[in-house]
Amino acid sequence: MEYLKGLVCRECGETYDLAPLHVCDLCLGPLEVAYDYAALRRDISREEIERGPQTVWRYRKLLPAGDRPVVDIQTGCTPLLRADNLGRLLGLRNLYVKNDTVNPTFSFKDRPVTVAATMARAFGFTTLACSSTGNLAAAVAAHAAKAQMACVVFIPAGLEPSKVTNIRVYGPSLVALRGNYDDVNRLCAEIADRYGWAFANINLRPYYAEGSKTLAFEVAEQLGWRTPDTVVVPTASGAMFTKIARGFEELVEVGLIPAGRPRMGLAQAAGCSPIVTAHEANTMSIRPVKPSTIAKSLAIGNPADGYYCLKTIRETNGLAGSVTDDEIVDGMQLLARTEGIFAETAGGVSIGVLKKMAEAGVLDPDETIVVYVTGNGLKTPEAVSDVLEAPITIDASMEAFESSLHPRPEPEPALP
Amino acid sequence: MSIRVRIPTPLRSLTGGQADVTGDGASVVACIEQLESAYPGIGRRIFDDSGEVRRFVNLFVNGEDIRFLQGLETALKPGDELSIVPAMAGGARRA
Repeated sequence: MEYLKGLVCRECGETYDLAPLHVCDLCLGPLEVAYDYAALRRDISREEIERGPQTVWRYRKLLPAGDRPVVDIQTGCTPLLRADNLGRLLGLRNLYVKNDTVNPTFSFKDRPVTVAATMARAFGFTTLACSSTGNLAAAVAAHAAKAQMACVVFIPAGLEPSKVTNIRVYGPSLVALRGNYDDVNRLCAEIADRYGWAFANINLRPYYAEGSKTLAFEVAEQLGWRTPDTVVVPTASGAMFTKIARGFEELVEVGLIPAGRPRMGLAQAAGCSPIVTAHEANTMSIRPVKPSTIAKSLAIGNPADGYYCLKTIRETNGLAGSVTDDEIVDGMQLLARTEGIFAETAGGVSIGVLKKMAEAGVLDPDETIVVYVTGNGLKTPEAVSDVLEAPITIDASMEAFESSLHPRPEPEPALP
Repeated sequence: MSIRVRIPTPLRSLTGGQADVTGDGASVVACIEQLESAYPGIGRRIFDDSGEVRRFVNLFVNGEDIRFLQGLETALKPGDELSIVPAMAGGARRA
């Protein structure tokens, strides 16, 4: 059964057949996948999903793949951790961390890419490509390897070395451009026009973006088929933020959860916060910025979905906040030391902004809050390594050990 | 005044399939107005009814977003390159 109706322009409503297209010919608005919700409402059930694979493909009916064979490296079904320690510190009694650091390439990007790679192969492409701040490139390269497709990925020069290694290991052609992500993105838009490649986040963007809905689907299912009251989402282009909001809405629309929308909280780094700035200025028009932040995975100064993020914040009575580089580093350590999760800098943004919101009193202590942590700390170890305590190096003898204990360190305070 | 204008795929139906065309004008807005007279319909795709650049259209002069320059009034000189690039949005459907 095919539940896909085709593509539709989000701005003017023009419809298109399923094709590798992302821009409306009439108004240049973005295209998105349209589903037959009436049929889905009839055919979908919690039980069927619960019997499905332990991957994002358990939600296959709500993804744009139909019955096509999927390019799958077992993405998704990541933990939703009840964060009692962090919650206690912040005065939040029902706090959860969606730990998406443990996907196959260590970030949430495997979710959109498993969908994009599936559709790229279905459309007959032989080369998979993307413009990336780093995490997407790793996900694209890994899925290209699994699908045995050629792969060309573009990143800004100067990314964290371990993030770059995490791309190179899958064997893609890796192009590092002198410039920032927005420069990479502009060039890739022109390359996508000239070469017949499947750019995950350009010509396949309508399909790619759908994969991030699974971040909402999983959270709702893990909470026992309900929406949280508030979510906090690290944001760069805004695609994930809007798709998480859409994911919760869609579950309501097909009858899998009761009506209701979470309040959407948007988190950016202060060195690249064009959406937060527009929200605070109460305008719907985003002014692009030149990013300067250690949260390189969030360093998109011209966020394509920024307008829709602002709309979503308004519609859900949502929140937006930003944190400095120092607060990001503090956030990374706070999460690691309370909940045992080592997140990359973007995770430090999520935790830092959550903390600020808690301190500002805009969160209800009893509401159910989910904070999304979407990339692994081993991608950006240099962000924290300099501020962490160095190991004590000693000879392998009891004497050396005991003499190293002077002055005896204070015992770690037990958590209350 | 000879400006190289890069045309994105969705607008090439208006330029006879050409990806690069030659434009003319001392500013971005003048160049687009000249393009409209050479390729009728192109202006409407770039500007909304109030004459603003559409939300999902980005304009670059020599690779720099015009919002970091002087916007539509950004001056052009012979040999400059004006790129018309649709934004890569793709998120929630229209609410």
